[in-house]
Amino acid sequence: MNDRIFKIILFLAALVMPVVCGGIVYALANDAYDAFNHFGFINFITSDEWNYTQGNEHYGALPFITGTLLTTLLALVFCIPFSLPVSLFVGEYFKGKKIASILSTVTDLLAGIPSIIYGLWGFYTLRPIIMSLNISPQGSGILTASLVLAIMIVPYAASLSAEFIKMVPDELKEGAYSLGATRAEVIRKVIFPIAGSGVFSSYILAIGRALGETMTVTMLIGNTNQLPASITSTGNSMASIIANQFGEADGLRFSSLIAIGLILFLITAIINVVGKVLIKRARI
Amino acid sequence: MKKIYIKHRLLKDKLLFVMVSLLSALTAVPLLAILGEVLIKGYDQFSWAFFTEPTPTAYKAMKAVAAGELIPGGIANGIVGTLIMLGMASLFALPIGIMCGIYLAENSKKKFAYIVSYITDLLQGTPSVIIGIVTYIWVVVPMKGYSAIAGSVALFIMMLPLIIRSTEETMKILPSSLKEAGLALGGNYMRVVTKVQLPAAFGGIFTGTLLAISRVIGETAPLMFTALGCSIIRWDIDKPISAVPLLIWEFFNDPNLQDLIWGASLFLLVFVLTLNLTAKKLAKKWNS
Amino acid sequence: MEFVKPVLEFDKVCVSYTKQTMAVKYVSAAIERNSITAIMGPSGCGKSTLLRAANLMHNLYPNIHVNGDILLNGENIFQMHPIDVRRRIGMVFQRPAPFPTMSIYENVLAGFTLNGINLSKSEKEEVVENCLKSVSLWNEVKDVLNKKGTFLSGGQQQRLCIARALALKPEVLLMDEPTSALDPIASKHIEELLLQLKKDVTILIVTHNMGQARRISDHSMFMYLGELVEYDNTLKMFENPFDERTKAYLTGKMG
Repeated sequence: MNDRIFKIILFLAALVMPVVCGGIVYALANDAYDAFNHFGFINFITSDEWNYTQGNEHYGALPFITGTLLTTLLALVFCIPFSLPVSLFVGEYFKGKKIASILSTVTDLLAGIPSIIYGLWGFYTLRPIIMSLNISPQGSGILTASLVLAIMIVPYAASLSAEFIKMVPDELKEGAYSLGATRAEVIRKVIFPIAGSGVFSSYILAIGRALGETMTVTMLIGNTNQLPASITSTGNSMASIIANQFGEADGLRFSSLIAIGLILFLITAIINVVGKVLIKRARI
Repeated sequence: MKKIYIKHRLLKDKLLFVMVSLLSALTAVPLLAILGEVLIKGYDQFSWAFFTEPTPTAYKAMKAVAAGELIPGGIANGIVGTLIMLGMASLFALPIGIMCGIYLAENSKKKFAYIVSYITDLLQGTPSVIIGIVTYIWVVVPMKGYSAIAGSVALFIMMLPLIIRSTEETMKILPSSLKEAGLALGGNYMRVVTKVQLPAAFGGIFTGTLLAISRVIGETAPLMFTALGCSIIRWDIDKPISAVPLLIWEFFNDPNLQDLIWGASLFLLVFVLTLNLTAKKLAKKWNS
Repeated sequence: MEFVKPVLEFDKVCVSYTKQTMAVKYVSAAIERNSITAIMGPSGCGKSTLLRAANLMHNLYPNIHVNGDILLNGENIFQMHPIDVRRRIGMVFQRPAPFPTMSIYENVLAGFTLNGINLSKSEKEEVVENCLKSVSLWNEVKDVLNKKGTFLSGGQQQRLCIARALALKPEVLLMDEPTSALDPIASKHIEELLLQLKKDVTILIVTHNMGQARRISDHSMFMYLGELVEYDNTLKMFENPFDERTKAYLTGKMG
């Protein structure tokens, strides 16, 4: 085999990625066409009716788009008070120390736990707690799903942020200390402004993960198809409605679920690419 | 010179330190809670039969529960299915992923490589449930049925970006002198890549593969619409097949089989976390 | 050397990074007010370590241990709070490092912002103008005060860092090889600047450049393997060193 053939083979292997990606977009767009054609794109994403009784079929994605955005946003809110301290612990206070690597291992392990096990834990441990606190009668719902989702994204946000916090040069920190700043002031006025864009992009990527998380949300969100009335009520996310109904769907319902899949795919694609672009910029 | 209020600032400084330490320590709580719960509830289930026998029928399980006995049977069908699908997915994802990774590392200046690199990031972030429904459209529909093949395709798509990334990153940090020395000795391009660079990159690619496997082994959503599940131990790749995470999902939804949840979860958790920790340990060892 | 009311006194100062070895061994010296004192010696002799101890930089690194006393106007700085000490003893580092996210204007005021001191707009403008003038940077940057400090040349950045330290009106300015990362012209500029500054502030400068020490300093210290070998009037030391090791160093036979 000569070099020319070898290089062609390498090229063909690289070609697999665009082909797979194109195939995904094509498959989703092709099967989503019916739904968009029948309801109209705008109507599809702004309608909150999800009715599959024969004769009255009507599908709108608004409850699920709302569910996804709400769970993601809440997860982010719950995640920051823990992920930010962890990134400071690992990247600044105990940088390079044994205890920092222990905490990193803890977050690595958290990141490694399969989402179905998070779902089980949320269902059997967290849900009864929510019930006993009288937050919601059935225990499942947007809030419960968001809480577990927050735990799941802490490792992603924290470990990447810590990398950027670590990269702030010692000489800048020493410069600030030599002017009489305390550590808290150095963190707030030197480290965060410098590492800020990197930390921000870590959270974008964490959002990307939360948006598409399926099993945990499916097991905890309560699986109702109306617009959620409050954060404690039940609902469905885009991923969880697919997980719930895809197996039994056909015709227009099938196409509507694929349409939701397409929208979810596009949202996560945008978030991920934006996050990666920001990270590449922050690294320079 | 204006007065500097030191006490107030020091208090804030201490407070931040205490808060950071406390909140950081709190992140260990969910890990310990999850490990503890799965370990305590799952440990009782572990027996030889649990790993060698397939899932019992709901009726058998109901009878056992009524009699106050342990549910008979186990998760052997899931273990076999997981291994078959992982094996088939790796069989394709490894060579294609490694070659694609080499291409990206070697042609990083080319526009095409740049695009492929972004698509790799994009696929890595694609929700697994979407991989599931796309594989359904691609494989299950034309084959007119769920199968181990479809499940493998879904896992293949999920593994690919991870293997590409680890190969690319490892190849990029190899010293360029290695390649130059190889070429200077008169080796052709292919020989230098396969005989000099790839062996040097073995460690990185190996740990990347372990991480990729640990990442996809617990995936449930992409298998629900592809492999479907099956209650007997099956070796045919064109028929529906089970997997450990699929079994957990079935047990979760079937009140009669609920007791089996924890044993299966413990098995999955131990497997995933061991792979994960081993990979990270190896990576650290090979890096230093 | 003895001075009436020295501004800074080192009294048997020892610094160690590990238990076995000492980087600075029992250094005692008094520093004259409104003078420039140069600390010389081959690399690794402990000169930077000694200087950093006077700014309590070792507090940031728990593995570094310091013994002995350092007195600022007779008061032991190890018993004062680091925030206080560092405000009264400024420091300029080897590599110019203005804060990259702050403008030139904000960099000069960084000492105030970091210490949480609020100044009125007119106070701020006064401080910025005075400090930049005292490092002769004002004319060069007065129209680009809102640009990031990192846009400036190396020499300008270093002068900005000096201005940043001067803004807090310190009594002592510690300088750790401030010109070693600069070209000869920029270095000369800084040297001229220091000669002007010494009427307001006492300068303690670490340098590995003997010519520089000779040109600008009033007194010189020579350190070797962590010990203070010789401390004298600069002219006297250069012309007639007392110790053989000093002689060897000054004649280029060492380090």
